[in-house]
Amino acid sequence: MANPIEQFKIKPLVDIQVEGVNLSFTNSALMMTIAVGLVSTFLLLSMRGRALIPGRWQSLAEVFYEFVANMIRDNVGPEGRRYFPFIFSLFMFVLFGNLLGMIPLSFTYTSHIAVTFALALLVFVGVTVIGFARHGLHFLHMFFPHGAPIATAPILIPIELISYFSRPFSLAVRLFANMTVGHIILKVIAGFVISLGVFGVLPLAFLTGVTILEFGIALLQAYVFTILSCIYLNDAINMH
Amino acid sequence: MKKPERPPSLDDLEARLRAARAGKPEPDGGSRAGPRGNASGLGVAARITVELVVATLVGFGIGWALDRWLGSAPWMMLLFLLLGGAGGVMNAYRAAKGLDDSVGLGAAQRRRRGGADKS
Repeated sequence: MANPIEQFKIKPLVDIQVEGVNLSFTNSALMMTIAVGLVSTFLLLSMRGRALIPGRWQSLAEVFYEFVANMIRDNVGPEGRRYFPFIFSLFMFVLFGNLLGMIPLSFTYTSHIAVTFALALLVFVGVTVIGFARHGLHFLHMFFPHGAPIATAPILIPIELISYFSRPFSLAVRLFANMTVGHIILKVIAGFVISLGVFGVLPLAFLTGVTILEFGIALLQAYVFTILSCIYLNDAINMH
Repeated sequence: MKKPERPPSLDDLEARLRAARAGKPEPDGGSRAGPRGNASGLGVAARITVELVVATLVGFGIGWALDRWLGSAPWMMLLFLLLGGAGGVMNAYRAAKGLDDSVGLGAAQRRRRGGADKS
């Protein structure tokens, strides 16, 4: 049976060493490049016509646009519109990473915590900077619930601080864990199909169901990642 | 695809565009739920599971780092492990109650009540 972890192995395709730092172009980097290329091609080509009555491809592009635009409008409000390009890029990058990973023999870059944590850290640092830029030191007020007795401050403030600092971790771990676990399960069950011979029909049926579930999770996790970014952004912009 | 005789009135489209740009709801589309009201249940479920574990681990990490810095092992670690657990429970409670993930439980509850009053 094939090793279920092997699919996550990073393989350098072009070795690049800059002063002892490994900057090799890996299979992960290749998939990211492909994802960015696909998203750009898809959006540029489908919107080329700019028709008033959209065709098939333009409708598809507009579905993505409206989905993210509505998400920002509902969760952040009109102030959040200027951050649309960032949120949209984030959503498309994660979505295509998850979906490209479902192609057999490809590589899922969102199954690496280095990638998801970098994205989460980008959101976290960005949101914190936006919060301080818009509210100054007043931003720190959100670490103490308004109206709570002052005596509870020594307990509440550390708890709120930890809860704030756990954001990038929960954002990163959620996406990474879901993608990794899903792909391991697929691989393990697929191993049973071969080794059970005739009775492999049973795991094969199960595998079909799990594959459909995985597609659902790929979509759902891209959605969750984006909507949480929106909610965090809302905190920084519309502080109450 | 056959084009209709007359494209849909551009004036109408223009009016809707203007409404959208001004951030006002469209005249016919005003039946949306309040903000935050439409996160799917599955999305919430996927969120809660991680919150508990991660906040505890972050508390543990902060305590451990403080211990290394202050040389007070293991007290800071123990204290922050408990605080992290409390933070995790609070985050999970927040997500489960549908009070967004914002920092500040009191503020979130007040916002919720305020939103309920308006709608």
